[in-house]
Amino acid sequence: MVTRRTFLRFGVAGALILAAAAVGRAERVYRPAAANEPPLVLDASDREVLAAVAPVILAGTAAARADQAAVIASIDRAVSGLPPHLQREVRQLLALLASWPGRRGLAGIAAPWRSAPAADVEAFLDRWRFSRWALLQQGYHALHELVLAAWYARPDAWGAIGYPGPPEVG
Amino acid sequence: MIHDPIRAGLASGWKVVDASRLARDLALETDVVIVGTGAGGGVTAEVLTAAGLDVVLVEEGPLRSSSDFRMMEADAYPQLYQESAARKTLDKAITILQGRAVGGSTTVNWTSSFRTPRATLDYWRTALALEGLSEAALEPWFARMEARLGIAPWTVPPNENNDLLRRGAARLGVATGRIARNVRGCWNIGYCGMGCPTNAKQSMLVTTLPAALDRGARLVCRARADRLILASDRAVRLECSALDPLGVVPSGARIVLRARHYVLAAGAIGTPALLLRSGAPDPHRNVGRRTFLHPTVISAAVMPQPVRGHAGAPQTVFSDHYLDNLPIDGPIGFKLEVPPLHPVLFAMTLQGFGTAHAALMADFPRAHAQIALLRDGFHPASPGGSVGLRGDGSPVLAYPLTPYLWDGVRRALLAMAELQFAAGAERVLPVHERATPYASWREAQAAIASLPLEPLLARLVSAHVMGGCAMASEPRRGVVDTLGRHFHLANVSVHDGSVFPTSLGANPQLTIYALTARNAAALAERLAARPAAAGT
Repeated sequence: MVTRRTFLRFGVAGALILAAAAVGRAERVYRPAAANEPPLVLDASDREVLAAVAPVILAGTAAARADQAAVIASIDRAVSGLPPHLQREVRQLLALLASWPGRRGLAGIAAPWRSAPAADVEAFLDRWRFSRWALLQQGYHALHELVLAAWYARPDAWGAIGYPGPPEVG
Repeated sequence: MIHDPIRAGLASGWKVVDASRLARDLALETDVVIVGTGAGGGVTAEVLTAAGLDVVLVEEGPLRSSSDFRMMEADAYPQLYQESAARKTLDKAITILQGRAVGGSTTVNWTSSFRTPRATLDYWRTALALEGLSEAALEPWFARMEARLGIAPWTVPPNENNDLLRRGAARLGVATGRIARNVRGCWNIGYCGMGCPTNAKQSMLVTTLPAALDRGARLVCRARADRLILASDRAVRLECSALDPLGVVPSGARIVLRARHYVLAAGAIGTPALLLRSGAPDPHRNVGRRTFLHPTVISAAVMPQPVRGHAGAPQTVFSDHYLDNLPIDGPIGFKLEVPPLHPVLFAMTLQGFGTAHAALMADFPRAHAQIALLRDGFHPASPGGSVGLRGDGSPVLAYPLTPYLWDGVRRALLAMAELQFAAGAERVLPVHERATPYASWREAQAAIASLPLEPLLARLVSAHVMGGCAMASEPRRGVVDTLGRHFHLANVSVHDGSVFPTSLGANPQLTIYALTARNAAALAERLAARPAAAGT
């Protein structure tokens, strides 16, 4: 039941995937996100929240010496690979935190994010971590995973933890 | 340069469509459509094409191969895992690792190969009245798949991370065993979870799927199976959406596949979800119910000596002591294994943040971890979870954590801490938001005894999703019969881990291979016995 037409289609598609293999190869070589990466998913207010939260989650790591914009770009890239329902959740969480009632009422942070003291951000993360409201706990875990995953995916994170990176093969 | 059998196959003319590059809709007809290319779909494709049947495989993930497998977590999770390895249960309490690529979870699993435990098969026969699944009846299928996939005892010495489990257990008089692996010529590198860069792992990607493609099977990847269109007791076509090149959203192109028979092998979340989206008959409300996870608890430790848990075959030592010392339908038992340690997964899994977290990460080269896989589904207090659909049709698993499970979590954290101190650990850290590194077994014992066990405090993971389309002795109790035939749809079968009526108490890949080989052979006979459709 394979008709000539499907074969023809496959002929075209077969050529397509070979082209994809050639083109995609360059795209698939990993390089860490750079500071001047064009934004993918996160907008300016999302980034402002993360610019305050990420350094507190990454305190004590080599991230302090890395370019903050590059770290945020790594988070943006990680979010862009999530399925739509998770992207939505992350955007909702960041929008909530960026809003005045969210920041004041739920996070308990008085100052705008760009001037929020690290101690206040730390207290907010701990409150959410041990909150009796599952929604806040879930918000804490989302921030924890996004920031730590984006940072430790970067080769500039590895020296400080004694990880040599993958071996050479081939 | 390592030979890449996928690139070579494509160059030789394999019929593969990357649906993300489709400019137009696509319609195909075949004998059998197979949804999913993992352990179930891969074996089914090989068996059916060997019997001369024409098949089309549809896969949501991309076709990637050894040339692409660069051992970088930043690449591997978004490309090769469901939901970028961030899939979670509805309440976010359990992180679920499942593959999403050609080869399914076999492309990214850690190669652990166990036959179905005898106690599990006995329970299926005595408590669930399942016939034909005795050890003796399955023996030839296990033997066949072990030979096919190079499954054999791994005789290279375990890496330090695994050997610590063996040494600690030996000091406590706890029995351990060595894990058989599906590898040929393994380089003992330790990056199985990011796709094998040397093609040593005998995943579906380099075994059954190339065999099927060589025989003319067609593969459509980056295409999501949306729904079966049903007419009375039959499926008449499968409708799919092409995905964008990142695999995140539909691209707009549609794919329609028509076949005499449809084999569902999309895994224990994907397969029930497809049946739910299709509105398949489900008079007893069994679809998506009794989904099991081997909920997994983690205990980290810092050793005085280097461990280098990222290097070397990831899982080579296990203990069934805490399964075997309890009746299967008693308090929940657990299997002990060791996970590979890589920076992203390790950092995401460890509790806390800031300087406390950074201090834990600074000990990365000396870190050792054990995992306890809880054997769920054998007790009335362990009914498992249920797969449902979000508004956008994507699946989500609700998995309630019950006191019966928490009892096992606490015993598992205690057992692992004791073993780790017996192996010489300086400090042991149960992965729990309220736990801190403990310096002695006595201190750990007291602390673990009083840890509050609640969702989102104790951190749980799963790499084994099972059930949801249980095989059963009668339609009232399941979705398919013991040959994987859907009870209500004459031309639909299920060939994946979703047919398990309980969890297994062992890593599932070999059970899926063997059961699928048996059920696919029976399907090939049934299809050959019927007159071919006009035009074939």
